[in-house]
Amino acid sequence: MLTTPSLDYNLLAPILIVLGGALLGVFVEGFVGRAYRARIQIIIALVTTATAFCWVISIHNLVSQTAAVDSVSIDGGGLFMQGAILALAFVALLFFTQDDHFAPQASALPGSQEEAAAVLAGVQMTEIYPLVLFAISGMLLFPVAHDLITLFVALEVLSIPLYIITGLARRRRLLSQEAALKYFLLGAYSSAFFLFGGALLYGFSGSLSLAMIRNAAAVPGANHIFLLLGIVLMSVGLLFKVGAVPFHSWTPDVYQGAPTAVTGFMAACTKVAAFGAMFRIFIVGFAAVQNDWRPVFVAISIVTMAGGAIAAISQRDVKRTLAYSSITHAGFLMAGIIALSKAGLTSMMFYLVAYGFATIGAFGIVTLVRDSTGEVNDLNRWAGLAKKSPGVATAFALFLLSFGGIPLTAGFIAKFSIFTAAYASGNIAIVVVGVLSSAIALFFYLRVILIMFFKEPTDDTVTVAIPSFLVTTGITICFVITLVLGVYPNLLFNLANTMTTLVP
Amino acid sequence: MRTSSHLVYLIALPLFSSALLLLLGRIADKWGHLLATLVSASAFGVGVSEFIAMHSHTGANRAATQKLFEWISVGNLKVDASLLLDQLSICFVLLITGVGTLIHIYSIAYMDHDKDRRRFFAYLNFFIAAMLLLVLGDSYLNLYVGWEGVGLASYLLIGFWNHNPTYAVAAKKAFIANRIGDVGLSLAIMICFTQFGAVSFSGVKAGASHASPAALTAIGAMLLLAAAGKSAQFPLQSWLGDAMAGPTPVSALIHAATMVTAGVYLITRSNFIFDASSTARLLVVTVGVITLLFGAIVGTAKDDIKKALAASTMSQIGYMILATGLGPVGYAFAIMHLLTHGFFKAGMFLGAGSVMHGMDDEINMRKYGGLAKLMPITAVTFGLGYLAILGVPPFAGFYSKDKIIETAFNQGGGKGIILGGAALLGAGITAFYMTRVVVLTFAGAKRWKDGSHPHESSVLMWGPMVVLAIGSVASGFLLSAGGALVNWLQPVVNASHAEGGKELMNPLVVSILALGIVALGASYAIVKYRSVPEVAPENVSIFTEIARKDLYQDIFNDAVLVKPGTALTAGLVATDHHVIDGAVRLVGWVIGEVSDVLRKIQNGYVRTYALAMFVGVFIGALILWVVTA
Repeated sequence: MLTTPSLDYNLLAPILIVLGGALLGVFVEGFVGRAYRARIQIIIALVTTATAFCWVISIHNLVSQTAAVDSVSIDGGGLFMQGAILALAFVALLFFTQDDHFAPQASALPGSQEEAAAVLAGVQMTEIYPLVLFAISGMLLFPVAHDLITLFVALEVLSIPLYIITGLARRRRLLSQEAALKYFLLGAYSSAFFLFGGALLYGFSGSLSLAMIRNAAAVPGANHIFLLLGIVLMSVGLLFKVGAVPFHSWTPDVYQGAPTAVTGFMAACTKVAAFGAMFRIFIVGFAAVQNDWRPVFVAISIVTMAGGAIAAISQRDVKRTLAYSSITHAGFLMAGIIALSKAGLTSMMFYLVAYGFATIGAFGIVTLVRDSTGEVNDLNRWAGLAKKSPGVATAFALFLLSFGGIPLTAGFIAKFSIFTAAYASGNIAIVVVGVLSSAIALFFYLRVILIMFFKEPTDDTVTVAIPSFLVTTGITICFVITLVLGVYPNLLFNLANTMTTLVP
Repeated sequence: MRTSSHLVYLIALPLFSSALLLLLGRIADKWGHLLATLVSASAFGVGVSEFIAMHSHTGANRAATQKLFEWISVGNLKVDASLLLDQLSICFVLLITGVGTLIHIYSIAYMDHDKDRRRFFAYLNFFIAAMLLLVLGDSYLNLYVGWEGVGLASYLLIGFWNHNPTYAVAAKKAFIANRIGDVGLSLAIMICFTQFGAVSFSGVKAGASHASPAALTAIGAMLLLAAAGKSAQFPLQSWLGDAMAGPTPVSALIHAATMVTAGVYLITRSNFIFDASSTARLLVVTVGVITLLFGAIVGTAKDDIKKALAASTMSQIGYMILATGLGPVGYAFAIMHLLTHGFFKAGMFLGAGSVMHGMDDEINMRKYGGLAKLMPITAVTFGLGYLAILGVPPFAGFYSKDKIIETAFNQGGGKGIILGGAALLGAGITAFYMTRVVVLTFAGAKRWKDGSHPHESSVLMWGPMVVLAIGSVASGFLLSAGGALVNWLQPVVNASHAEGGKELMNPLVVSILALGIVALGASYAIVKYRSVPEVAPENVSIFTEIARKDLYQDIFNDAVLVKPGTALTAGLVATDHHVIDGAVRLVGWVIGEVSDVLRKIQNGYVRTYALAMFVGVFIGALILWVVTA
């Protein structure tokens, strides 16, 4: 006899609201005339994320182990990540609203007559918005999932829409479609690892719940071989999502190929979701054997920081540069996991928010720098940008300085606090490599600034599109947050300090 | 400790003015330089009033703090954004705002023809704000904010005339040396936090009294690395000469009087660390001695007037660093030399700028000659600075430099003789190259082409030079009369005359020795440069050749920093080609090569990526197996 599972709808509401918005969007595609669709979809997406965000705030100090039987844990840590994802997604969505990011008709072959006809008819792929909302719902579930199946479902729900929207760029469509296919293949590959790891963990503990795995791991004298193998394989799925070396190789190709607004969204929100989930899994499930897996993570963190920073030096494409920068940041963020302490979690939360807004802002600016054929990503052609549009160049410079960790930007505080947490937990090696890598990384951030501010504009220097109101708002929000969190970080730290509860 | 609510204005005024000038853009072109100068002068006014306020208090109440807000609070790490004005920081505040204001005034005329003069002044104001934050921060983290700020300002100002590509390279070189230093500073801060749970000066001081010697030595070494990067000390000295590409007022303010002395400030401020670790002190004096000789020798072979002065700056800061490593009594003398040096070196740089201004921006001293008659004020003010740096009594350098030499000898034993002897030798070489500069520039027959018309600069330019020259004459006496500065700094650095201890060398003997060596160096230069060829002679001794090559500093950098790296990336034989260009290009090149290899791995094939992932899993499992086995 089956009993109905009890669900706490109040606590699950943020996820359900976003899912509802996504379904509503699907209906809009079916029943609303083409002329109104884009506008309605934008409104639905923004209102949905804003409502869900407000709901998260209203429940931010609730804690529950049984929100959905015992598959979902609602607690401070999880809700903070959800709030961060929704806030970042809201700002990222503002950049989607420029109508020329996406292929008018994704099914048309690149360069075909159908495509030309679709362009002529002014068709728009408004399905983007429900797809993004589906992805967000997966991201919201990921950091609060408390058993392996829920984790896997969340992972797939967040991944599959991303595979699709990666392939929808309006310009350079072949590159975009290639990136989408690669992302899909490698994503499926990494999901297989994740699933296999989950199976081993089930074999080890006889349970899918993180709490039961922890209990089994804590038994002294148990044979840990399945546990440890399971941890390694499962980590692959997670590290793939955050783009840690050597599971990073999709990142440059996908970041470059995807429509730039999507790249910003992906780079910021996916990281929050994946790091949120990772922290929960490791502290709730695997803390008992931390001395075993920590060396692996230290090694990965070191090669990620150093590899990302070094590889970025030779890039000439601004989106690829930012992709490598995002890889480096994944390495820095892993320091928070390795610390596995309350300070580690707090500083990781701060880091994710600081990095997220700077990333969305930076990619947002990339969408504005163009010539007659669309976005210009070749760095050499950004020469002298500051002379033409000082405002845009200044904002971009601020985001880069924040990535580089220059004081008085959010990035400095983030880096300093996460390294301090790692150092306090005794992991000196990653601090030393981290500081050195950020010194190397700063080199290419400053090179971009030099190109923008100190090089004379050449003849084929690009123009800066006049941003719409929504886009200007988006850049302004990112700019202000990056600056304010640098000067007065306690606004966020005080919040983060109170939201470090994690349901065991 | 009292609280003061005015400290913040010191920083806020120039910061606000800088932002205003940058944001307003061309609208502010007409009056931007005046606003910037006025703001700098008002900051000086605030500084003076604070100085007077300090005098009206006694004991611990002399120092004042102002808490701005709680800055960071995560876990155990709590840092306030607070300012601390004590006996040490006020010296710097007055130097920065005072000399800064003079240089603002000078720049009004010097940058008159530059269409970006407003932007230049905005950067200058920004520099003043950042430098004041550096010396007023009450914790290492606040200091670090200013530290990065002055680095940024220096970077912007060196590259100000960026139409010349070599200037951009110079800016880059400065940037890399500074980054290496910054790595040292951030590591020092993190060690402090983990060892003492605090990053404020008072917190670290309290913790340092019962810390392990190893930790203190590590912190000291890291702080020294930071100081070496910022103050152009061995082995990170190579950027200072190239930094002379910036406008001359910048060289005077940032690369002579203030920013490059930040390293001396850092070590003096951290006296509680260095007092407790003799190993760290030994490192400090070693770096100081090497640099003071290094800079002096490089200075003898420079034909570019600004580079000669830059080498001299490096050498003089070497004296200061040496003094900070000599124990409690040394700090006060280091600061005294820093202040007198601020006057005479800034004055000489402004003099050099004035000469360049009159000579159509010619910088090669071999094309000067006989300028004293045509530019009398410049010649006299420069001459006074010259007498000060030589240490001729009663000019400023006599009081500060002789004290350092004397303290070095007083270390006693072989160490005292080596340090003191090196400092004496340095004084002799200094006399030689400074005399050379003066003779080549102001004396002898004219060697310039008939096309140029050397002329005295406007009052806006020679006014500040005269003020600084007065400082070069009087500051030494004023600071040392009755042990004024030593007593003033006593609460911060715990120094007193009594503690100076054994007087092994009679001060009079030291002075006579020093004067004798100085006279020797100077007269050799006068004899040698009676006639000056317009082109640097080719058939010179091996020593001149070495000095001209900056003692092979670039090649040294190459060998120490780069070769080990290249050995790792096997088969890269093209090293020779890169040797001459020095460390910067090579470090960049090595990283670039590795980067290229990484780019080739990133070949775009999914199968390669999947293989990389698989190998990653395999290695991860392997590490796990090794760890658990």
